[in-house]
Amino acid sequence: MRLLPVLVRLAWRYLWRNHRRTIIMLSAISVGVWAMIFMTALTRGMVDQMIKDGVSVLPGHVQVHHPLFLDDPSVSNRITIGDAELARAFDTAGFKAWASRVKVPAVIASERESRGVTLLGIDPAAEREFSFVSYDDVEGRFLEGADDNGIVIGRELASKLETEVGKRVVLMSQDPENEIADRGFRVVGLFKANMPAFEESYVFIGKQAAQKMLRIGDTTTEIVFLADDYRNIEPTFKQVSARVDSSLEVSRWYEVDTYLGTMLKVMDGFVLIWVIVIFLALSFGLVNTLVMAVFERVREIGLMLALGMKPASILGQIIIESMLLLAVGLAIGDLLAWATIQPLQGGIDISAVAEGMEMMGASSVLYPKLYLSDMIRANVVVLILGFLASLSPAWRASRYEPVEAITKVG
Amino acid sequence: MNIVLRLAWRNLWRHSKRTWLTIGAMVFSNVLLVFMISIQFGMYGLMIDNTLQVFTGHMQIQAPGYKDDQKMRQTVPDIVPLASKLREAFQTDTIAARGWAFGLASSEERSYGIGIFGVEPTFEPHVSSIPGLIKDGRYLRDNDATEIVLGAVLARNLRVTTGDELTLLGSGRDGSFAAAVLVVVGIFESGVADIDRNFAEMPLQSFQDIFYMDGAGHQVVISATTLDEAELLRPGIVAALPLDSDLVVHDWDTLLPGLKQAIQADMGSAFFMYGILVILVAFSVLNTQLMSVLERTHEFGIVMSLGLKPGRLGRLVMLETAMMGLIGFVLGAIAGALFTSWFTVNGLSIPGMEEMAANFNLPARVYPQVTPWTMVAGPLVVFLFTLLAALYPALRLHRLHPVEAMRAN
Repeated sequence: MRLLPVLVRLAWRYLWRNHRRTIIMLSAISVGVWAMIFMTALTRGMVDQMIKDGVSVLPGHVQVHHPLFLDDPSVSNRITIGDAELARAFDTAGFKAWASRVKVPAVIASERESRGVTLLGIDPAAEREFSFVSYDDVEGRFLEGADDNGIVIGRELASKLETEVGKRVVLMSQDPENEIADRGFRVVGLFKANMPAFEESYVFIGKQAAQKMLRIGDTTTEIVFLADDYRNIEPTFKQVSARVDSSLEVSRWYEVDTYLGTMLKVMDGFVLIWVIVIFLALSFGLVNTLVMAVFERVREIGLMLALGMKPASILGQIIIESMLLLAVGLAIGDLLAWATIQPLQGGIDISAVAEGMEMMGASSVLYPKLYLSDMIRANVVVLILGFLASLSPAWRASRYEPVEAITKVG
Repeated sequence: MNIVLRLAWRNLWRHSKRTWLTIGAMVFSNVLLVFMISIQFGMYGLMIDNTLQVFTGHMQIQAPGYKDDQKMRQTVPDIVPLASKLREAFQTDTIAARGWAFGLASSEERSYGIGIFGVEPTFEPHVSSIPGLIKDGRYLRDNDATEIVLGAVLARNLRVTTGDELTLLGSGRDGSFAAAVLVVVGIFESGVADIDRNFAEMPLQSFQDIFYMDGAGHQVVISATTLDEAELLRPGIVAALPLDSDLVVHDWDTLLPGLKQAIQADMGSAFFMYGILVILVAFSVLNTQLMSVLERTHEFGIVMSLGLKPGRLGRLVMLETAMMGLIGFVLGAIAGALFTSWFTVNGLSIPGMEEMAANFNLPARVYPQVTPWTMVAGPLVVFLFTLLAALYPALRLHRLHPVEAMRAN
């Protein structure tokens, strides 16, 4: 083991003997590592944003429904437990945030047009943390309480309906007996959302107004809970499951929105494949460099062996050389990635393809997300694979026959 | 064989391991490029075809502004005569008129808001895949019948089957109240939940009666066999529109900007990845060729002092690189095509991708097709960058001084 510092020093010096080659190889590794991390950060950012837009915001991380509701979202499939009882069960349980809401499909009509929407009857105070709508960024005002008699719709929808703040619209849906339930509302606010589709498809009214219109007493159709992070929802899930009886269905967000759930998994897999592909492309150059480095100093290696250096030390020295090369390349690549991602934190505007991104469920601003864990994973993968790739040239170098090696004409 | 060629060839194999490793990098990248480009462009084609054939068609004639607002009163007047005139003019059946409205459909037990198309039962099957997807009952038959076909999920949610009645409520073209009772005659299942959950179709004439359309509709859908053909058709369609009208013709990419942009976004990220691969190969080549030039400094010094011009030596180095690149090109393109062909036969499915695929109207299992273009495009770029990478070592020779060079090593 005392040999190690010497071997490291030797390897380092050998590396710089042919500085051109080392610099080219370092550039290749740096570019490769930069691409690995940069691309990962972009994908991560995109998926994170998608989940923020699509899941953690509106529907909540853990949701409770009537078992048939998700497939058949009708008031007939509502949660029959009243709000008062729900509050008793959940208010003191220490959830980060929870809310019950009325969420049913409805038709909205102005004097000119009608459209299909999802009606959300909410208690605005309870949903502030969930909502994809910033309450303050509303033209007019947002709902003021669960008993608010106004309606807040998206800007996009308002322009399609040719309506505006102060005008009246009619909401139509059905009550549990399938009688048409309809009521006029005055538009009090127009909200703005990241995705135009949200602005077109959701309308907000006060929870009590919704319950009265649909004639469902103080019941709701959906209870939602917020966990600390969308990746860590199991504790909340267990807690919720323990508190509701088995006549209700408790689901995780990725079970409700299977598209986003698979997206998350697919992206995780994609990131790893990308790192490996880049490494493989690099590995040819790496092995090439090592083979050349060994070839150039066959005679020296022979000499060292003849002087009594153990083959294992030769092996170690070549591997150290490769690891040093990779380590420096990784450091530069990491730094480069950090330096290019940092100024982009504010978001990359890709609104040129906004509608395409929307089709994928993503918004038109891309916020790259550099996770330490992703960076570490890329680095570890490169080092491990790099170690494996350098085994063969190193092994060969350590197997030289001293005499043959010394006399070899190079 | 030309002496220069022979020289270059021999130089290449001085360090056969190094050459093979460099070629290996090329082949690796080329196989990936051929494979990925084949899949990518195959998928784009499928995405476009599968999406357009549901409702959109290749082109639509609409009132100005209808595309963005879809308001009831943005109509194409006398739409049925217009469609039949076009069908006659172009000798084709793949043109059909439609109306579109929004309404509340109520069965005995349930009410849901739905989008409803008024269609020409005879011609709709030529422009849309929906009529072919009827799994229960039949498609629409008479232009003035009060009947309706529904998506499977919608029918299930409304608790109706064929033969049941639905009440449809909505607002007519002039904003007045529109209502009708329709008989469910068929149920279609496209497999795409959004379509099966939200849409219904009824005959155009009864649609016009119920919604007070006064002979008008909202879109004339035009389908062609291929995208290219659609493009050729376009000027004729524009010319055939009534002179005094302000109607507009929209192509599929204006009708569904999301589709084209999704493709562009995907291409953007794909090209970034391809670019990185190509750059890494270029570094590999640069490394190899620079080493091979440097280790021959002494030798080059001698031949230069014998009168060989540096330009000629530079061309030799480029020739070596081109040979190496060519081997990489050929092997890579062939290996890539073979690799991809395996999936052409067996299909490729990524676990968990079904959901994503369905979002873009793609099947869960894709069968990439190798075309000459997808086989050659990637490797060609790699080849060009290989040559580009060798420029530095080749041009470096101009700075070589014969006497100093001979002293090297």
